[in-house]
Amino acid sequence: MPKLGERVLRVRSKNAGPFWVTVDIFCGTPEVFGELKTGLRTETVAALFQQPSQLVKRFDIADLNVIKFSFPRPVVQGARADRDMHGAQWATLLAELDMRD
Amino acid sequence: MPTRVLVPTGALGITFDRAALARGIAAKPDIIAVDGGSTDSGPFSLGSGTSKYSRAATKSEWRDLMVARAEAGVPLVVGTSGTCGTDSTVDWMYDITREIAAELGQRIKVARLYSSQPADRVTKALAAGRVQPLSPAPPISAETLATMRNIVALAGAEQVQAALATGADIVIAGRTTDTAIISALPLARGEHAGAAWHGAKVGECGALCTTNPTGGVVLIEFDREGFTVEPLVEGAICTPDSVSAHMLYENSDPFILYEPGGHLDVTAARYDALDGRCVRVTGSRWVPGRYTVKLEGAALVGYQTSILAVLRDHRYVANAQRWVDELHAYLTDQIAKRMGLGAEAYALEFRLIGMNSALGDMENRQGEPVEVGVLGLITAPTAELAEEIGKLINPYVLHYPLTKDEELPTFAFPYSPAQSERGPFYEFALNHIMELADPMEAFRLEVSEVGYA
Repeated sequence: MPKLGERVLRVRSKNAGPFWVTVDIFCGTPEVFGELKTGLRTETVAALFQQPSQLVKRFDIADLNVIKFSFPRPVVQGARADRDMHGAQWATLLAELDMRD
Repeated sequence: MPTRVLVPTGALGITFDRAALARGIAAKPDIIAVDGGSTDSGPFSLGSGTSKYSRAATKSEWRDLMVARAEAGVPLVVGTSGTCGTDSTVDWMYDITREIAAELGQRIKVARLYSSQPADRVTKALAAGRVQPLSPAPPISAETLATMRNIVALAGAEQVQAALATGADIVIAGRTTDTAIISALPLARGEHAGAAWHGAKVGECGALCTTNPTGGVVLIEFDREGFTVEPLVEGAICTPDSVSAHMLYENSDPFILYEPGGHLDVTAARYDALDGRCVRVTGSRWVPGRYTVKLEGAALVGYQTSILAVLRDHRYVANAQRWVDELHAYLTDQIAKRMGLGAEAYALEFRLIGMNSALGDMENRQGEPVEVGVLGLITAPTAELAEEIGKLINPYVLHYPLTKDEELPTFAFPYSPAQSERGPFYEFALNHIMELADPMEAFRLEVSEVGYA
């Protein structure tokens, strides 16, 4: 089964301030963007990051062929239980997501 | 007259392209603006009131910018000095500036903009209903505010304008928004407000909005209708995509950006390629609102000691999670028995490097690692106690067996001693805004002449 990361240009994640993380999927083409716009459910992404889906903000940006998700960090940046100060490794979870054809 | 802002780099301390800077000076900017900080690296800088970057790196880059400023004859502004922008890091930056001015034989006027907030100011504002939580925000009270090591407010364009209005050659600002140091002059000169903030956001990370993000230097030209961004590093170009995509970066909402006194809305922005290298942006909108400044605070949570061991023995690697769970339970018991400390009096956590140390519970992959790193983190109310616990657990982290009837194993310790003090541990404790009647109400300006008379 192909991974999401193999279908798109790039997936990245980063803190948006100490209390949020934002994940950007650069789809690369309108075709892949269209496919993910309908095929990638917000609930799937929320489950991946163990977030209630009502807390996940989603932006489908056709002009850039980008799909963006932002959600509050379950652990505040740098708090005792934080494991990734910049939140940049979180993107791997989405890049490794199995895609159904 | 358009207003040209030269941005040498996204952060003072991570270097920039000197040839591109020279090109920028030749283009006759009206101001040079550089960001000196970020919350990116975590709460330690704010908690301790110290810079993340070395003094030597900061000084060598600041020196080049001071030379460039003298050549251009325009103001030079650094925002969020010394990573966190507390009064102590403004003074640190001021000290560096005085040293360089003396070395270069420059006589210059320096304005310092201070952003640190006494806890009682925030407490009074909280009581008066002028402090509101953003989402999500830690709960705060007069008590929690009093225990915070440092609180800063993020200055906006107005405070930077006040500093520039003193006629200063150099403005050393404490915590500001990333954008305020860039938008301040264009706004003061009446350029398009939406463009001023949008261009500032595009430029705040330096060349991250270009196709060559490592190079640094960009020039942004603001006018009455929009702005144009020009990369100055040899071979770098800006495209409508590279510029518009920058609104995605470190931003939870790619269309809206809140600033003191309103918000930027780029929903209707138009990005046009000019000559294949520069990009022109129009249609950005500034929506005025209440005058609020964002607060950042760091609280001391305790002191940490860490310990690192590596499991290479296959049986231990294969059973690492069970091993560490049993070890943890055993140590909790030993700490209680020998030190009289209940589990609530300290925190002990182990992370397995090679298994799930980056993602924790979110990790959904399993592999067969060759070795597993065992990172132990001890947090206690004092450094002495954290170190004492580290010493107590040290022999068990080295020798704890999976079964009772085997010869004691000895794992790999990379250091002697195996435990290391990590010092004070801080957490971000504020995600709030404070309403101000006057932008300068929570900020302070000091102006002085430095260098040779």
